[in-house]
Amino acid sequence: MSKEKPSNKGVDRRTFIKISGLTTGAALLGGFHFVPRTLAQTGPIKVGFPIPLTGPYGTEAKDQQAGAELAIAEINASGGVLGRQVELLVRDTKLKADEAARRAKELIESEGVQLMSGVLSAANQLAVNEQCKLHGIPYISISQANEITQRPDNSIYTYHEALDPHQTTQAVGEYVAKNFGKKWYFLTSDYAYGWQMTDGFIRKGKEFGAESVGETKHPLGTSDYSSYMPRILAANPDVLFLDNFGKDQINSAKQATSFGLKKKMQIVCPILLMSSRLGGGEQVFDGIIGGASFYWEMDHPTTKKFVEAFQKANGRPPIDYAGYAYSGVKELLSAVNRAGKLDPVAMAETIEGRTYDNYKGKQWWRPCDHQSQQDVFIIKSKAAKGEYDVFEIIGTVSGEGERLLRTCIEVGQNPNKPIRSGLKQ
Amino acid sequence: MQIQEWLKRFIDVVSRYPLVFTLAVFIVFPFIVPYKALATQIIIWGLFALGFNVCLGYTGMLSFGHAAYFGAGAYMAGIALIRIWDNIWFSLFCAFIIGGFLALLLGYLCIKRRGIYFAMLTLAFAQLIYFVAFQWVDMTGGDNGLRNIPAAPLSFFTLEIDIYTPLRFYFFVLAFVFLSILALNLILQSPFGHVLQAVRENDRRAQSCGYEVSNVRWLAFILSGAISGLAGGLYALYLHFVGIESLYYSTSGQVIMMTLLGGMGSFIGPFIGAGIFLYLEDVLSAVTPNWMIFLGVIFVLCVLFFPSGVWGTIKNLSLRGRTKIRIAGAVTKPPL
Amino acid sequence: MEWTAIAMQLFTGLSLGMLYVLLALGLSIIFGLLTVVNFAHGAFYMWGAYAGVTTMAVTGNFWLALLVTPLVMGAYGLVVEKTLIRPLYGRDINYPLLLTFGLQFIMIEIVRILWGTSDHPVSAPETLSMPVEMLGFYFPAYRLFVIAITLVICIVLWVFLERTSLGLIIRAGTRDPLMVRALGIDMNRIWWLVFGIGSALAGIAGILAAPIRSVFPEMGVAMLVESFVVVVVGGMGSLSGAILSGIIMGEAIALTTLFYPQMADIVIFLVMAIVLLIRPSGLFGKAGLLE
Repeated sequence: MSKEKPSNKGVDRRTFIKISGLTTGAALLGGFHFVPRTLAQTGPIKVGFPIPLTGPYGTEAKDQQAGAELAIAEINASGGVLGRQVELLVRDTKLKADEAARRAKELIESEGVQLMSGVLSAANQLAVNEQCKLHGIPYISISQANEITQRPDNSIYTYHEALDPHQTTQAVGEYVAKNFGKKWYFLTSDYAYGWQMTDGFIRKGKEFGAESVGETKHPLGTSDYSSYMPRILAANPDVLFLDNFGKDQINSAKQATSFGLKKKMQIVCPILLMSSRLGGGEQVFDGIIGGASFYWEMDHPTTKKFVEAFQKANGRPPIDYAGYAYSGVKELLSAVNRAGKLDPVAMAETIEGRTYDNYKGKQWWRPCDHQSQQDVFIIKSKAAKGEYDVFEIIGTVSGEGERLLRTCIEVGQNPNKPIRSGLKQ
Repeated sequence: MQIQEWLKRFIDVVSRYPLVFTLAVFIVFPFIVPYKALATQIIIWGLFALGFNVCLGYTGMLSFGHAAYFGAGAYMAGIALIRIWDNIWFSLFCAFIIGGFLALLLGYLCIKRRGIYFAMLTLAFAQLIYFVAFQWVDMTGGDNGLRNIPAAPLSFFTLEIDIYTPLRFYFFVLAFVFLSILALNLILQSPFGHVLQAVRENDRRAQSCGYEVSNVRWLAFILSGAISGLAGGLYALYLHFVGIESLYYSTSGQVIMMTLLGGMGSFIGPFIGAGIFLYLEDVLSAVTPNWMIFLGVIFVLCVLFFPSGVWGTIKNLSLRGRTKIRIAGAVTKPPL
Repeated sequence: MEWTAIAMQLFTGLSLGMLYVLLALGLSIIFGLLTVVNFAHGAFYMWGAYAGVTTMAVTGNFWLALLVTPLVMGAYGLVVEKTLIRPLYGRDINYPLLLTFGLQFIMIEIVRILWGTSDHPVSAPETLSMPVEMLGFYFPAYRLFVIAITLVICIVLWVFLERTSLGLIIRAGTRDPLMVRALGIDMNRIWWLVFGIGSALAGIAGILAAPIRSVFPEMGVAMLVESFVVVVVGGMGSLSGAILSGIIMGEAIALTTLFYPQMADIVIFLVMAIVLLIRPSGLFGKAGLLE
């Protein structure tokens, strides 16, 4: 190795330290080139959109992008927001929370976005939410998480368009309790999402007299579920809940099938994603039921309109996340138009309590926590009749009257007042 | 030859006033990169790579578990701010200490082994820590990460400064980075530093000269861990958040790549490596979702043709014929 | 706990261990002879799965895929050794490790570009799809097949190494390459072959795993770390160690899952830490190899 011996002739070390100390101190205090963060008043309105383009959920991320782009295209076509055109700035989070935070930082500080959406995965959206709260940027989340509408993560700037594990489980749990046996077994992914799903199901099950005959937690990312099968079979449940997501769900469903579990029990997934179904294949998901926020073949006017527009722009029907993105971005932008200005409080005021129907039926914004109340659909996997025609809707669980949501008090908010925490003065 | 002459002169100047040169570059740095947050990110990771380099470049040990110290530092800083005292100095101090302490513990267990066993053991322990942090949701937030870190101001006795604008934060981090460079420089110039070099070049000889080689290595490991922990603490302040991935082995892999890219045998090398890696990642990921392939190719080319990294190669070009930078240690089977 | 449940668990542990055995064998054989740590081994495994999946998509025949995959991956291994690894001989031992580390990223990206990031559904062939009843519980026939075929491969490998002259050269090369060279044998060619064999083993593991687990670009990443743990526990360079360690790890994971599932992820690291602290070179490793 070379001998790195800096000789200090020329600058005495002590003097040098003094100089560098002074410079740094001056820079800190002086803050030259300090640009206060003000919202740009002219030019396009920018919406930041960090999504996991690389990594295992690239397909879902692309759907989010497509949905958002469609919403923006429609709004731009009808005059834009406050007379200005809207621009979507997409960034790759690589499905890492710290990368998501960094991207949000870059979008806010360097690109000057006025609004934020996007992000898949609970951890990522919470990280982005932190940055938005820090800078006072309205952020609408379009993927599942329980924490985001809860104290202390929630704030006036935070909106949640997607379902959360609680709503999902209350809806699916209700359907399952009414239609299948009462002995329930849970295969739970060992992280927040999995725990929340299982807790939600157990809670709902109790109302109907269903009981948990076993809960097994598996590490996130497990590929081999064979070791769990004996326990499940020994417990002899009527229903097996696969409280996991993505690859874990595909793998556990696949292996449960190969171990012959379907002959003995009904398998339920809290959320049955199109991408999982396509990735796992017909045989694996045959007979499995689950919840969904929407399915493109739904017979509803706004759904048809949305699907037609999406199909025209992208050559295929939209899947779950595209819908969230479309509706979420649309809500955020239309709020600015209704408020007449890019002010977070004014925006909140026009959103809170609003009833709307962008693509799937009636939705309602709850004021105390900015959660979108909506219906949940129960779907069942079937033999594919077309490339994307893989589910049939076997039930709808209404979200009316906050029946699927946690109470405002449960999430740490005041039921009688709209949320104003975190408001920057 | 013109270029070589120019290079030689350039290297000469730099070698004579390395600290001044480095400081000058760092001061202008935020204004030449696309956005200031990137500059901050680069120097934080550069600090991490600097700490890691103490282990790899200066002591010759390839550790695959340095994410443990970085991540622990990040979590410690965050937890200190949330639960103990919302004072930035204190939180960074905690980060530094936890990095060193963890390295002390793990180092004790791993140091006795060499080569690939050392690498695997460090990896194993780092993964263990990852899983513990993942499960300890109350403390770390689990896979959702550590949130709600208060944006505490920097306090000098009664004076309070808000450091959370991009430029201010950059210079705040730079102060720490620079102090670390100075401190490290002092240590490596000291007799200890020379023993470190001796151990790396030929440990049996050093042993026969009376130096307790494992202890020397252990100390270097602790120092490496402490610096990595400090970098982690700064990262937590920067992101206002600590993600669970900071403890995963991909973080360890990333710092290895940066150190190799930049050049293992110097101070500036790690920073150059961090700069190249993060800049490329930033620029390329806007162009294509498959940016990783470019980084992979560059890295492979580096290993094949530029093993001493960017900085090392530049130096070698100017030193043609004279002593070149070499990484010592066990060798693979020579061609027969 | 019922005995049948435990027995079934032991069986699942065995089938789980088989994949580890194949991967560990490949890693160990490459390391033992070339002292190269192949950090891209997980990516080779993944490429094997994709090679098999593609063959199945084209021909519709799983058995053909099983035959083609090791040949394809073996050939690929030969190319890699010649172009990327050979230039690094004589340098510090960390270089091939670092190079293969970078290679892994490239291989993953290539698959992402060509096949996309989502999963590829693969089912086991019809003949092996039904659960087999044994000892009062159902066990997928396919997993029994995996156990059987891995045993066959191990036996073939053993016969090759112990009873053929090429195998003799390889074993001798592990002990004393200089001597083998002095006897007039070109070690370069042997190393080249061995890397190919190691890659082929990874490929077979990949295609065997495909019907059990999902096939996606990152499928090798987690397997890589686990395989390393298995190899290190068995002793780097020891083939019997790799086999034994693979089975032990499989059983460890299976039994931990039965009694304390959250620890299943960590248990292999714990086992490794304990083994290394007691026997620094692994179960059957030779002391001084790569110290």
